[in-house]
Amino acid sequence: MSETTVPSVRGPAARGSGGAHAALTEPRPVRIALTFAAVAFLTLFLLLPFAVVFVEALSKGLGSYLDTFAEPDAQAAIRLTLLVAVIAVPLNVVFGLCASWAIAKFDFRGRNLLITLIDLPFSVSPVVAGLIYVLIFGAQGLFGPFLQRHGIEIIFAVPGIVLATMFVTFPFVARELIPLMQDQGTTDEEAALTLGASPWRVFRTVTLPNVRWALLYGVLLCNARAMGEFGAVSVVSGRIRGLTNTMPLHVEILYNEYNYVAAFGIASLLALLALVTLAGKTFLEWRHADALAGRGAH
Amino acid sequence: MSDAAALPAGRAAAPARFRRPSALPGFRLTFGITLTYLTLLVLLPLAVLLLRAASVGPAGLWALVTDDRNLAALKTSFGLSIAAAAIDAVFGLLIAWVLTRYRFPGRRIIDALVDLPFALPTAVAGIALASLYAPNGWIGEPLMALGIKVAYTPLGILVALVFVGLPFCVRTVQPLVAEIDRSSEEAAAILGASRFRALVTVILPPLIPAMLTGFALAFARAVGEYGSVIFVAGNLPYVSEIAPLLIVIKLEEFNYAGATAIAAVMLLMSFAALLAINLVQDFSRRRFGHV
Repeated sequence: MSETTVPSVRGPAARGSGGAHAALTEPRPVRIALTFAAVAFLTLFLLLPFAVVFVEALSKGLGSYLDTFAEPDAQAAIRLTLLVAVIAVPLNVVFGLCASWAIAKFDFRGRNLLITLIDLPFSVSPVVAGLIYVLIFGAQGLFGPFLQRHGIEIIFAVPGIVLATMFVTFPFVARELIPLMQDQGTTDEEAALTLGASPWRVFRTVTLPNVRWALLYGVLLCNARAMGEFGAVSVVSGRIRGLTNTMPLHVEILYNEYNYVAAFGIASLLALLALVTLAGKTFLEWRHADALAGRGAH
Repeated sequence: MSDAAALPAGRAAAPARFRRPSALPGFRLTFGITLTYLTLLVLLPLAVLLLRAASVGPAGLWALVTDDRNLAALKTSFGLSIAAAAIDAVFGLLIAWVLTRYRFPGRRIIDALVDLPFALPTAVAGIALASLYAPNGWIGEPLMALGIKVAYTPLGILVALVFVGLPFCVRTVQPLVAEIDRSSEEAAAILGASRFRALVTVILPPLIPAMLTGFALAFARAVGEYGSVIFVAGNLPYVSEIAPLLIVIKLEEFNYAGATAIAAVMLLMSFAALLAINLVQDFSRRRFGHV
């Protein structure tokens, strides 16, 4: 399909409006106007918000920008954000690998329902994602009295933040791997098994190398969301400075205290993370497009 | 699940078995982990929310949801989300078209930039938009001179929702623009249709299901959006207060029943959006042979 259409798509557009192809593209002034409109819209809505973060962060000079990161509360927020990502991302990688193996390599009843359910967290508001854990583990929650008796803190503590983050990042890895592994089928693995490889060895030396770029792609997106999550985490965190404050929550506190340089300073780190994520994602799409399948909207 | 347990016995014969036999190992382990993880982390917590909302009873739930302030917030959230998704659908098509069909300097970078709202944390987007559209901001100041106030009004919410929804609308349409069969365009041109007529009658119709999918995805995301909105909204009750913020406010007042009721309504609406997406894609697959 794409083999036949891609060259013909590129052809006339690249050659411009000259000659016989004039009827197959818009007149030059229209093309320029449309391009200008699209670029202007993207500049206004995407580029300017991104740029203003760095301009605001550096508005009082490099010295006060760097002072932001010397604050103990800022450092604690950075550490907590890294800790949450280090727990949530690997767990979702294990889940993603298990789910894609079961769903893509086997044919069973209810498979499509399972795929829909895995995507469910994407259509739940982050605030609702936080709320459901408050309803279970909070003081008035299902297990609230039990947890209180045993002195276990989940809500307004680190475990709640990890749970809420795991919920919102749950589908990222699985949804990158499932379509790719479905495309790849089972013949490689069957051949390896026939040749006498153990199941673990088949997974490690056949399946994993086949999906490694898609896995990296999923991990990139999962990590960006895990470090940047705000709504779900803000509901379960309690925002205790130095203890349960992640970077996005710290940005909010500083901003509400009118400490704009520091707020945009922390925000600039998160914006850099977004930039690295986009660069990695674009590189993977450019270099390993054939090793990533079924990419859609996220 | 009971089918899975009966698997080994029914493996050879029964046609109505749970799964097709396979030479590959590891189904029970990976399927078990998947189902357990999914149930504990996602399904049970969501079920607790819905049960808790249901335990108030339909009349009680109705009373909780139809409180004036809640209705105002739900109206703000849904109304502005529809408007933002519509703007995204139109500009998403334009951007997808320009990025796929035209060649201009910086096209690749701009193409990568489209995904920025996926990658940029919502709190960062929120304070950035608030700074841009504030009365003394880069965009807010010139607009102020024209008498338009964006930040701390419903217009500010709209801007934030357009931001978060845009990539959905570009990325659902873009692959289809790239795969348009040029021969139908050629046929339209040879048969004497003007370029404009070919665009409207030949090229656009197969793209509409993808635009609707993008619209629904952007809408679902916008309704639940919190972080990028609250900084730029002003959060005035009855005017610029969104439903997710109201959940947070009720929680801070320890009004669990109120928070749960709004959350249940939002959850059901997003399930409806999900269903609508599936129906559109189903229709598109039958009518045009693509999603």
